[in-house]
Formats: sequence, structure tokens, C-alpha cells
Amino acid sequence: MNGLRRTPLYEQHVDLGGKVVPFAGWEMPVQYEGIKEEHSAVRTHAGMFDVSHMGEVEVEGPGALAFLQLVLSNDVAKLEIGGAQYSCLCQEDGGVIDDLFTYRLGGDRYLIVTNAANHETDLAWLGRWSRDFDVIVRDVADRYAMLAVQGPHARAVLSRALGIELPPRMRVAHVRVGGRPALVCGTGYTGEDGVELLLDPEVATPIWAELLDAGVVPCGLGARDTLRLEVCFPLHGHELSTERNPIEAGLGWCCAEATGFLGSAVVARARAEGTAERLAPFLIEGAGIPRDENPVLVGEETVGVVSSGTFSPSLEQGAGMAYVRSDLAEPGTELEIDVRGKRRAARVASKPLYRKAS
Amino acid sequence: MSEDNYPDDLRYHDQHDWARLEGDEHAVFGITWYAQDSLGEVVFYDPPEVGATIQKDSSYAEVESVKAVSDVIAPMSGEVVAVNDALEDTPEQINQDPYGEGWLVKVRLTAPQEAEGLLGASEYRKLLEG
Repeated sequence: MNGLRRTPLYEQHVDLGGKVVPFAGWEMPVQYEGIKEEHSAVRTHAGMFDVSHMGEVEVEGPGALAFLQLVLSNDVAKLEIGGAQYSCLCQEDGGVIDDLFTYRLGGDRYLIVTNAANHETDLAWLGRWSRDFDVIVRDVADRYAMLAVQGPHARAVLSRALGIELPPRMRVAHVRVGGRPALVCGTGYTGEDGVELLLDPEVATPIWAELLDAGVVPCGLGARDTLRLEVCFPLHGHELSTERNPIEAGLGWCCAEATGFLGSAVVARARAEGTAERLAPFLIEGAGIPRDENPVLVGEETVGVVSSGTFSPSLEQGAGMAYVRSDLAEPGTELEIDVRGKRRAARVASKPLYRKAS
Repeated sequence: MSEDNYPDDLRYHDQHDWARLEGDEHAVFGITWYAQDSLGEVVFYDPPEVGATIQKDSSYAEVESVKAVSDVIAPMSGEVVAVNDALEDTPEQINQDPYGEGWLVKVRLTAPQEAEGLLGASEYRKLLEG
């Protein structure tokens, strides 16, 4: 026993020749045929990701709204029944414990999807702050398998294969899949249209097989990372951490300081006064692939650090995001990235790095 | 290339590199089928400069996949006399044809006797089977 957990689809990943690696305490497929092919399948057709390692927390009770307003950065009062909303979970000092989607399933019933690596921390944090509210915080991670089906054809293929109606973007619907209740959410992490399915773990295997038969391409965490990076979605542990507040991460849009959420005072000050560093997307000009932790230089001065770097399959060049001195975060700024001792020319770009040709 | 393959005419280094001896003084180097398969699709080859001195058992180049960087270890010592420039545009040749179009450098050997310490194809296979 290596102490790692397996999703209900583990055997499917192995059968498909997936390269399974440890990730956040789970054995997860990083790729099947290859990251480039899988990335391209999502950009042009439809791909599916087993993201059952992600956690789910249910928050229910008459005090649910007031409680969530305290712990989540966004204005939860704006979340309608059947709606989805992105938020940060902040410490009092503004540091980001996790970033998460909240779905309002009913009047005073909400479901929060957590990052696998942070699930236990999030639960403890939510539990601690829930004491003063008339609310129940339940760990429901074992109740769900999660599949992200993403790409320009994802909705069409999925609704035909499963015979279900799909909610629009940023909405969630109760459906039946494989004869069991399921949630289908108009959200994702790829910059493409698509949905995320929260399934009864019992039906995960047949549904995966059905989607495979329908031509949906199985994709690993490798492609998930390149897809999200091209559209500048942050990843906790890289762009986000308890050492950074949402403003420097460029997430001011999901912070509603007027609600008085934990950390809102720090966020309000950061928004008003600016921060020493800011997250900047960048492209390498010419050869070289930036990697996490590479120093960012201007002349002889170190002005920042790469938070995520990769080869962008869509742009076919090195690309990434870096925390840099705020005056250097404007698009067009020339930087150098120290890639294992070699200086690579880079330029700050605007978000997203990849934009669909329209 | 989908099937593993280790030609008999090559000498192998246990860090998954090969050398093809050309006469007594020259050799061509590359990475083995196993090395490219472990790395995944190669998207970038960062070659040494022509004229650079490379040392047996030390890194002389890097190959990168989308996710990872791998040092390429010299199976023998020498001076680089040519690098495979075509890989700048088609690094995937390292996956598709690791012993042919995917060669990395040509070297003038400074210690040709080092070849004796390298593995034959069957010994290398045995190493992989562990």
C-alpha cells in the first residue's frame, strides 16, 4: 500500500494505457496517448477528465447564506437557485486557502467543490467558522465521482449519449444519469464550452464507457494543466497560496469586500493601494520552455518568479504566468526568464494567452 | 514508433542513451526508445554548441516534453562536430525515429576506448527488464 487513493475509474485509466502518477494523494492519469493530442481534442472536439479526486462539501441550513458570505470572497447573495459561482476561501490576512466553485442546489442548500489537495484543510476551516451559524457542513466527497467533459462538441455529444438536457454556462441542473440522481454543471477549467458531471460513483464506469464509445477523448491531468494555463486560470499551489491575496492573483473580480468576508479588509486595502507584485501572463519569444520556480529577470535584477510554465500546445511556444513587480506586469513589458541558467526572452501578454479564432 | 526497439549495432549507456560508432574517432549520440517513451512527446531539443566538449556520464543537452525536462547524458567523451538542427522544427523525430532522424549530436571522440564500458543491445534490454 502506498497510501494513495484511487477514483472509481482507476481500472479504466490503466486499461486505456494511461500513465498514472501520484497527485494530491491520489493515483491519477497524467496522460493516455499524449498531452498534445488530448489538449487538441479539447480545443477542437470533446475530451473528458476524471476529476473524482476533487472534493465536495455540502452546506445546508437557515444560516447557510450568512455563513457562506463570511467564508467566501464572492457575494453569495447573488447566487440564484441553480446557479454557480467562483470564489476564494481566504484567511483573515487575505491569503488564499483554496479557490472553489459553489453551486446553489436549493433554497438554503449549497455544494462547494474543493481542490483535492486542500479538501481536508477547507473542511476544517469551514467547520471552525460554521460554529456560530445555524448550518451543517458535510463532507460529501465520497458521494460523488466527477467527470469534466469539455470542448466545442462536448455538449452535443454528451446530451445525445446520455439523453439529458444540459444547463447553460454557470448553472447547475439535477438530472438522472445511469438511473441515478446526478448533477450537471455548466462549468469547467479549460476555456472551452462543456460541463462537469457529479455522478454516483456506482455509475462512473458505465458512463465513462458510454462517452468513450460516443467519441469523447480521454484526457489526463497533463492536458488539463496546459488547457487551463493557456486561458490563465489559476491553480492553487501555483498562482494561489496562503502567501498571496486574491488581488495580486488578479482575482479581484470574485471578491465583494462589502460582504465583510474573512480577509475582506486586507483585500480592500490591496485593491485600493495596489500590491508589490502582480500575476502576469507571459509568452517566451523564440526558443525555451519556462518551468515553475524559474526566476524572472530584468537586466541583472530578479523581479519575480514563474508560478506555472509549460509548452503551450495551441500556441506552440513556451508560455506561463509569473509573479512580477507590479510596474512590470503590464502587457508588452519585456522580461527574461532564467530557465536553468539560460536566459530566455519573454514578454508580458494579456489574458487569456490563447483566444479562440472567431 | 510504438514498439520498443534496441538495434544491435549501437552501444548503450545505462542512462538510456545510445552511441553509434563511426570509424575509430567519431560517434553519433541519441536517446533510446525507452527514454523517449518515458519522456513523452518531445517538444523542444536544446542542443550543445558545435565545438563544445562533452564528458562521459555528464549532461550535454536537454530534451523537453510538455510537462518535463530531461538531461541527456553523454555515453562517451568528445567534442561536438555536428548537431541535428532539423530537430529545432521537428523535435517529434526524437519520438518517431530515435535511432535515425532523431539523432542528437555527432562527436569526435577523445577516449574511444570508453566504448568498451558501454552495454550491448541485449545487456541494455536486460537492464530495462530489471
